[in-house]
Amino acid sequence: MDSAIDGVRQPPARAGSRLCTHCGERKAALKRPKTLEQICRECFYIVFEDEIHRTIVDNNLFKPGDRVAIGASGGKDSTVLAYVLSELNRRHKYCLDLFLLSVDEGITGYRDDSLETVKRNEIQYGLPLKIVSYKDLYGWTMDDIVKAIGLKNNCTFCGVFRRQALDRGAALLSVDKIVTGHNADDIAETVLLNILRGDIARLSRCTFIITGEDGPIPRCKPFKYTYEKEIVMYAYFKKLDYFSTECNFWFLPMYRCSLAFYNQSCFYTH
Amino acid sequence: MHLTLEFGGGLELLLEKSTKVHKVDVQPNDAQGKVMMKGLLSWVKSNLIKERPEMFLKGDSVRPGVLVLINDCDWELCGGLDAELEEKDVVVFISTLHGG
Repeated sequence: MDSAIDGVRQPPARAGSRLCTHCGERKAALKRPKTLEQICRECFYIVFEDEIHRTIVDNNLFKPGDRVAIGASGGKDSTVLAYVLSELNRRHKYCLDLFLLSVDEGITGYRDDSLETVKRNEIQYGLPLKIVSYKDLYGWTMDDIVKAIGLKNNCTFCGVFRRQALDRGAALLSVDKIVTGHNADDIAETVLLNILRGDIARLSRCTFIITGEDGPIPRCKPFKYTYEKEIVMYAYFKKLDYFSTECNFWFLPMYRCSLAFYNQSCFYTH
Repeated sequence: MHLTLEFGGGLELLLEKSTKVHKVDVQPNDAQGKVMMKGLLSWVKSNLIKERPEMFLKGDSVRPGVLVLINDCDWELCGGLDAELEEKDVVVFISTLHGG
């Protein structure tokens, strides 16, 4: 980061002394991992939101009048998704009916806390909230399931149950589409996961921006091209309310956990 | 040197009582009597992190996936590990490794 003038090494620039490469007026606040541009907050909001709008339009994710359920966990991706989609719906007149849809797996100390965040999001964003629980749907909570089977394969069960719970909740709301906050980093992890497992069938499907079109309710991922760092920075600068603790049952020997660490070391090594 | 350190995205769980905001006094940690980011990370590891330091640090730097801001500016624009801190600076660490 040092530069040299007349052969003398200069110290790195002090925080806030570089100008935004977009407007050239305001101080740069972020180096975008997507483009390596140095950008101020205001320009970052514009490009971030506009890129998601372009993804939505270019991939025909919605049509006017669609009832859309946002899979909302209270985490960073779904909170930012709810905020941005709500804003874009207003600004670009998508004419969508938006809902928050949350799944309560019954993981004490994790899901009960994150659901409190979604309940606040309901008020903050003015979006109706529907919660569906494993207990109501299946008669079991994840705590019960882990007591019965231990920590092996519990994420596999949870993933399958959650997928169905989202479908059931969406059906109760009579929605046309489900959107989830899966971002570019998540998709990269899934690609690696499927390569390492040799799962060719999933490998071909896992990068699709719309899935389940042959099923009852299609799902789409407006954040497919959005970098995780930028989602976190957007939430930070905008002071968005989200919950950020790992699931109690998520730990290093788990395949996806290891891949998340590996993925981040590739994208974000300092 | 008086600094305010903030921990988010779950990093606060590595600290005593999961406190997110810490007002600290850090002694100069390099030959010129300055407080550099590299030295601050080492200080945080020794003085604030109570468990699982590998979730915060990898080698001399933060673990990939931990974002660092100095006065609300990405540390990659400020010199990263070579950034020099000043009195009353606010340094924020945010982890991105958690569900979304």
